[in-house]
Amino acid sequence: MISFNQVFKRYPGGYEALKNVSFEVVQGEMAFLTGHSGAGKSTLLKLIAAIERPNSGSVLVNNQNVGVLKEAALPYLRRHLGIIFQDHKLLFDRSVFDNVLLPLQICGFDSRESSKRVRAALDKVGLLKHEKTNPIALSGGEQQRLCIARAIVNRPTILLADEPTGNLDAEYAQAIMQIFKSFHQVGVTLLISTHDTTVLQDKDIRVITLKQGEVQDPSNVAETCNPDLS
Amino acid sequence: MMHTLPPFVAVIRTAFLRIFSSPLAGLLNILVIGIALSLPAGMYILLQNAQSLVDEISGPQQISIFLQQDASTLEIEHLQKLLSQNEAISSVKFISRADALEGLKQSTGLSDVIAGLETNPLPDAFIVTPKSRDASYLENLRTSLVNLPKVAQAQHDTSWAYKLEAILKFARIAILILASLLSVALIAITFNTIRLQILTQRDEILVSKLIGATNGFIRRPFLYFGALQGLLGGLAAWLIISVSLHMLQSPLNNLSLLYSSNFSLHSLSVGDTLSLLLFSLYLGLLGAWLSVSRHLTAIEPR
Repeated sequence: MISFNQVFKRYPGGYEALKNVSFEVVQGEMAFLTGHSGAGKSTLLKLIAAIERPNSGSVLVNNQNVGVLKEAALPYLRRHLGIIFQDHKLLFDRSVFDNVLLPLQICGFDSRESSKRVRAALDKVGLLKHEKTNPIALSGGEQQRLCIARAIVNRPTILLADEPTGNLDAEYAQAIMQIFKSFHQVGVTLLISTHDTTVLQDKDIRVITLKQGEVQDPSNVAETCNPDLS
Repeated sequence: MMHTLPPFVAVIRTAFLRIFSSPLAGLLNILVIGIALSLPAGMYILLQNAQSLVDEISGPQQISIFLQQDASTLEIEHLQKLLSQNEAISSVKFISRADALEGLKQSTGLSDVIAGLETNPLPDAFIVTPKSRDASYLENLRTSLVNLPKVAQAQHDTSWAYKLEAILKFARIAILILASLLSVALIAITFNTIRLQILTQRDEILVSKLIGATNGFIRRPFLYFGALQGLLGGLAAWLIISVSLHMLQSPLNNLSLLYSSNFSLHSLSVGDTLSLLLFSLYLGLLGAWLSVSRHLTAIEPR
């Protein structure tokens, strides 16, 4: 599903964010990506969504080398991904409902189907009663859940989350992890970057650790390449 | 609500809302476009009115041929034959000196004076209508007619109409230049408005790109915005012109009454109105397209 093969990423100015990164996340798997700040977690996620391109090596998503995808093909790649951003990237000029509607508008869904899906997604994250609110009035945890609703409304096969529990207290974080697990149960592939140690306690879930741009324990890869993990 | 409308209508609605998201700025933009368009279009319509005035006053072009007093009936018949065979002439009308005198009596009210004349001082005359209205063509024809036997004089009295027509031609080109310059200005206005729009929508553009929007999807609302703004500007121009012409109409009526003419201003025709609206829509679209191609590529998620 997601496969990194000897990937190097150097930013202009010479900073090496990723060094010789190889790993694989198979279809339906749920994995954590962890490491200190600046270890390359965000860069790694950006490479998957082709927001950044690798300097060398290949990043395969659905057997497609996204590192060399043409500009015009990027939108269609991203429609298969649900991305939960560290800074939410919500739009405060429209309601909660319309924020979640955006991905469906982009894909050209008809309005009746869209409304149904938006409400289902909002219901899933427990925000249905806030559908007419402006997201600026939501708490941090609610904004995070709104971001999740927007990421899943399009029913992506892969869900990427960058520090989804970053600024939340344990209770909220737990609730969000429960949401992720429920997606995992219906077969969505998840890659979640986090440095939240309480979240990482979960023994069932594989952890990929980055340290200064390198995958720390490659044995992890071999050991957990098992689709029926959970 | 937006999601209950078909996508096409929804995009137009969004564009409309964005134009008037700050109502004063939106109205001012439309007004500026309207004024910029109404200048050349208004001058064009005045010019058209002047043209029809010239046509009305000068009537069909005619050349009067006055014969020598001693021309005999036979010579006149011969001349009539020559004239009617002439390729350049579409119709020939003979006015005998007696008819001319009678006409003069009736039209001027000088019957007493005329009755006192011993002999009829008027010559026989032909009035010919040439096939073309072109000035140099008429002049050539006139010279050739003077040289015919027994012709004393040939004249066309409408040379002032030609001068006026030359002035109109000049004015037409001046308006064309003005229209071109203002069209560029209109494109520039739209270009800049869209640039500002893109800047204010920056977040939305970034997020949309991140969740799989194609460039076409992102471009569309801005193009609609430009086209709609242009169209509304065109409507404003139409309104400005119509109101102005309406205001000019009543003083002009008084004036034409004094000249015992029934000239009245005609406003923009349906065809003119449609061209005006389509042209302004197109200019807005062009400005938006230029702006979007220039500024949208600069916004890429990082």
